[in-house]
Amino acid sequence: IQADGTDGNCVTFVLHDEDHTLGNSLRYMVMKNPDVEFCGYCITHPSESKINFRIQTRGALPAVEPFRKGLNDLIGVCQHVLNTFERSMKEFRAQK
Amino acid sequence: PIPLMAARRGADEMRDRVVLGEFGVRNVHTTDFPGNYPGYEDAWDQRRFEQAFRVDVIREEEDTLEFDMVGIDAAIANAFRRILLAEVPTMAVEKVFVYNNTSIVQDEILAHRLGLIPIRADPRLFEYRNQGDQEGTEIDTLQFQLKIKCKRNPQAAKESSDPDELYINHKVYSKHMTWVPLGNQTDLFPDADFRPVHDDILIALLRPGQEIDVLMHCVKGIGKDHAKFSPVATASYRLLPDITLLQPVEDEAAETLQKCFSPGVIEIQNINGKKVARVANARLDTFSREVFRHEGLKNLVRLARVRNHYIFSVESTGILPPDVLVSEAIKILMGKCQRFLNELDSVSME
Repeated sequence: IQADGTDGNCVTFVLHDEDHTLGNSLRYMVMKNPDVEFCGYCITHPSESKINFRIQTRGALPAVEPFRKGLNDLIGVCQHVLNTFERSMKEFRAQK
Repeated sequence: PIPLMAARRGADEMRDRVVLGEFGVRNVHTTDFPGNYPGYEDAWDQRRFEQAFRVDVIREEEDTLEFDMVGIDAAIANAFRRILLAEVPTMAVEKVFVYNNTSIVQDEILAHRLGLIPIRADPRLFEYRNQGDQEGTEIDTLQFQLKIKCKRNPQAAKESSDPDELYINHKVYSKHMTWVPLGNQTDLFPDADFRPVHDDILIALLRPGQEIDVLMHCVKGIGKDHAKFSPVATASYRLLPDITLLQPVEDEAAETLQKCFSPGVIEIQNINGKKVARVANARLDTFSREVFRHEGLKNLVRLARVRNHYIFSVESTGILPPDVLVSEAIKILMGKCQRFLNELDSVSME
């Protein structure tokens, strides 16, 4: 992971060993944050597995904050999906 | 007030339906981000998500699982699908030590075929092999042996030409692979029975005098590295179809409409002596768009898909049951996020 940017508000993170799997879902979670002005990701070259993930915030918020919040939110989503899925499987098996 | 409501309904449609037109698909991308629609609360709210989200299991068989996920976005559903295909680890044959192979099948072809055989071994009990480690320890390797020799059958009838009768052991099946415990694996896994998932996979054909004697090492790997490590036969999803009739359709037109869709989607009711069409079960439809080929019916129907209702279908190769696979995939996505959070924390502390 590397960061690069002019000031704290617009930062491009280079995430190694990642592809669309994490890139697209993280982009969605960060876009849902109302403080973010711009968020996008791209894969520099398909042969190298790394993505450029860019966040620009409006106002004076440092760009690392929405990144961290997006990761935490994604973990929260996964946890809830896991719990709901396991609960539904148990209910389905119980009533079969 | 009336134009406002119409505008709001139009926005609702854009936000949660993907519309299939005659020549193209509209409203494909998710647009419900904060700031796009005035009057809608779009910022991320965990509570609202938890209220709207649900999972319904439709069908569960030995190796297939069909379930619905409602209230989630394409990016995350796709991430689960990608992880199921490429990043859930399994055990598969990686190194084949050939001691004797006098069969017609070349060494490398035989090794390739052995690698593709699914092995019934829970990958969570094993570790990944370290890079550059040639030998393999008991915590990361499973050893199998395949030793078989083909002989002529002395009791066969004189004039028979059936190979099953003439030769013994001329077909090499996966049931001939035997597990050879390494080190303390007999103590670690006392009741385990490691073998290929299916016993009747044909590996090679032999004739009298030919023999195969190989030793195989199985390691843990992921589908991204080689497709033999993929734990699913396939994992796919589709969106829930949503068919609306914009105007009532009667009589002959109703009959034609019923034939345009998959069976069971449109049902014809008899109201006041007239036959009227009704959408019975839109879920069964496969959207062949046959309606658009009939001039009269084209404008009476709106074909759409509900944007956040995903019908997942997971078919496992038999190594792990499909619901365990889905749980593992979700945990792997969590693990990825956690990895970056840890890196962020360690970088910002410097």
